[in-house]
Amino acid sequence: MCGIVGLFLKDPKLEPQLGAMLTDMLITMTDRGPDSAGIAIYSGAKDGLGKLTIQSANPDKDFKDLDGDLHDAIGQPVTMKIKSTHAVLEVPLDQMEAARSALSHLSPGVKVMSAGDSIEIFKEVGLPKDVAARFELSKMKGTHGIGHTRMATESAVTTMGAHPFSTGSDQCLVHNGSLSNHNGVRRELKRLGMTFETENDTEVGAAFISHKLKSGETLGNALEATLTDLDGFFTFVVGTKNGFGVVRDPIACKPAVMAETDQYVAFGSEYRALVNLPGIEDARVWEPEPATVYFWER
Amino acid sequence: MQTFDLGKEGLRALNSALHALKGQTNMTDWEVINPKGAHAIAAGVDAPVDITVRGSTGYYCAGMNKQATIRIKGSAGPGVAENMMSGTVIIDGDASQYAGATGRGGLLVIKGNASSRCGISMKGIDIVVHGNIGHMSAFMAQSGNLVVLGNAGEALGDSLYEARLFVRGTVKSLGADCIEKEMRDEHYAILEDLLRRGEADHKARPEEFRRYGSARKLYNFNIDNASSY
Repeated sequence: MCGIVGLFLKDPKLEPQLGAMLTDMLITMTDRGPDSAGIAIYSGAKDGLGKLTIQSANPDKDFKDLDGDLHDAIGQPVTMKIKSTHAVLEVPLDQMEAARSALSHLSPGVKVMSAGDSIEIFKEVGLPKDVAARFELSKMKGTHGIGHTRMATESAVTTMGAHPFSTGSDQCLVHNGSLSNHNGVRRELKRLGMTFETENDTEVGAAFISHKLKSGETLGNALEATLTDLDGFFTFVVGTKNGFGVVRDPIACKPAVMAETDQYVAFGSEYRALVNLPGIEDARVWEPEPATVYFWER
Repeated sequence: MQTFDLGKEGLRALNSALHALKGQTNMTDWEVINPKGAHAIAAGVDAPVDITVRGSTGYYCAGMNKQATIRIKGSAGPGVAENMMSGTVIIDGDASQYAGATGRGGLLVIKGNASSRCGISMKGIDIVVHGNIGHMSAFMAQSGNLVVLGNAGEALGDSLYEARLFVRGTVKSLGADCIEKEMRDEHYAILEDLLRRGEADHKARPEEFRRYGSARKLYNFNIDNASSY
């Protein structure tokens, strides 16, 4: 199983409520995925600053004085906001790579969940309501976001095995289904220079799309390529800095429902994830077609 | 009229109340409000009652239905009227995948579109879809009638047995062993009856449909294919 939710706001008035709306949708999908939950939220870029979301199993130790140490390492100011096992570091955009490399020396226990201008990812094992409370997801603001509740099949129930997966700047992917050729695709992507954190099939799907984008393909073409090169069952929802995309495999047994109004485009694995959205009674509600790429960008 | 607020009283209470109706009852008219996409609404009903669900439903609404007439004033999630035995299910909106799967009897009417695998393994149910149906519909369908006013997706009627498929619009492709067949008087009569009962007689006429059925080539193992396995 697994549950997916996604929300792309057209009406800026809803932006302060993005986290609250997504949290409600996420918790509704608990019985599709009680093992772990995660959310990627795009809260907007600040001039010249980039964000690194980091995670540690020992945050008290690993995050202690990390902003100061990082400042000393890269010679630029760094801010850090800690939320439970995760922290968001803001560093100058031109120092992102330097900061990542410094992190691996300063605090080897720290994992990078996401990097980019706008994206923040929070994910942990446990029930969606507990994960949401731990990271105060309902207080988050932003323009668009994607959430996932996981029922694990292809790899262990761990923080790193939770979705969303981010394998490129401001990119993320969530998945309902299972890929059957992920080992082969992972080997090929490694040969092409992509790196992997887990043995998980979804991370391969994410890296496959990131590699296409890195090679200059459009998001549309990258999503199209999943239909020919990835084998297995999938409904993917992909986030980028400017929007989100949806694609389902040609067999399309993994469910998907979308709703659109003047205020938003919403995705849910099931309609019940969407029922509390404003104006849902009058929304255009439909199932995305199999083997068809959809995306919305601002 | 019995009005049941699913948001307040919960699914288990609804289905227990409906399952308690046996044979003759004077509570023949039910309304379910606030369905909010919940699963298994009015599944397993076995009484001649009318149930109207005011909104969209989740998985397996009206599953295993016997005798009841169930109306969904919204869209239905996956597996609506799955394994229906008798009675009628009418959906005002769209139906998700495998609507009417394995149904043994009764009538399923979908006024919008149905997605993939509509009528998969149907065994006697009649299904009338006012819109289109998705891929792999009527896969391994054994008996009953599937009537589609719109178009059919890929691989219609793959590995079909004796179900009759009537499509008014285009068929993207036929599945293995599914072929077009002639329309005879008996088929016009079946269609006339189903269009009327499916509340579609004002939208389409029997002469506008083509019939598809089994070529019956997969019924027996062909020894010439032995080397393929």
